[in-house]
Amino acid sequence: MNGRSGGTLNKVGGGAQFTMRVSHRYGSVEYNRRMSEFASRRALRAPTQHQRGTRHRVSIVGVFGEILVTAGVLILLFVGWQLYWNDFVIANQQKNDAIALTESWTKQEPPAAAVPPALPGEPTALVAPPVLAVPTAEASKFAVLYVPRFGSDYRRTIVQGVDKATVLDVGNVGHYRGTQMPGEVGNFVLAAHRSAYGGGMHVNQLALGDSIVVQTPDGWYTYRFRNLEYVQPTKVDILKPVPGRTTSQASERLISLTTCNPLHSTAERVVAYGVFDSFQPTSAGPPAEIAKILAASGGQ
Amino acid sequence: MYAALWRILPGPVWFRLFFVLVLVALALGALVMWVFPWVDTLISSRDVTVRQ
Repeated sequence: MNGRSGGTLNKVGGGAQFTMRVSHRYGSVEYNRRMSEFASRRALRAPTQHQRGTRHRVSIVGVFGEILVTAGVLILLFVGWQLYWNDFVIANQQKNDAIALTESWTKQEPPAAAVPPALPGEPTALVAPPVLAVPTAEASKFAVLYVPRFGSDYRRTIVQGVDKATVLDVGNVGHYRGTQMPGEVGNFVLAAHRSAYGGGMHVNQLALGDSIVVQTPDGWYTYRFRNLEYVQPTKVDILKPVPGRTTSQASERLISLTTCNPLHSTAERVVAYGVFDSFQPTSAGPPAEIAKILAASGGQ
Repeated sequence: MYAALWRILPGPVWFRLFFVLVLVALALGALVMWVFPWVDTLISSRDVTVRQ
């Protein structure tokens, strides 16, 4: 307190408070006069306190609380980043990669026609489709996957291998080594993330007969969704030519889309099976369903 | 902690507010570009494949 006025103010102020309580009725003229006097003295006192420079006390509990709140916000931000931001960025990147890949095919020499171009109306399923040579290099891009049910901008590059860091975590669809290639009799098994890393493999949305289309330099392989199977992460016999059967001889051309289950968890795996429906060579152009997507979002 | 930051900043309220927003933007940028990808490699093991 700076001595002279401060001390007096305090004393008179205290007196005023006392007299207000005891000798003046609330709302009376005297009460109001005393009250305004008291208020103006307080107002007078206020600046002197400020001049002194107030000490801001930092409480440990307060700082600890702020750290906790900050940590909570950071964790929420991280989850948002992982599930939405990063997912969105990688998905976009994937789409551009897929467009670049298909465009690189058209710039190359067209592959030797393995099958004659389909005539209009000809049932192409009866002709055995061409089968790509198995790519040897890990993470080499050899095909593009379209699943219209996953959204019109769902377009992912299919690469060899299912390594997490180099293949799946950058949004690719991985092809299990040792499983068949597109159009081959047996099982063409793919893996992708479901809810982050641009995976977008929302197999639970598929309805019976939905098209699953694989594009290679040779053409378009259309599969039709058949069923889902939920399995343990150790059930590797789903990779067999006849899924789940270790000894059977394959006669069907299947595609398997595998991802994790339940959503946001890795406790189980879910497999979406598709059955080969038709092949359309590159020269015949994309199937109608895919042509719509391509027209809307660009690329070959 | 944050109150102290607010007091340290110079200038009128609008300037402090602007400065704080710039700081927040910088922090978010650093998180998204470096911190989150790094944290992701440490804690996240979203395994989607089948194996023995």
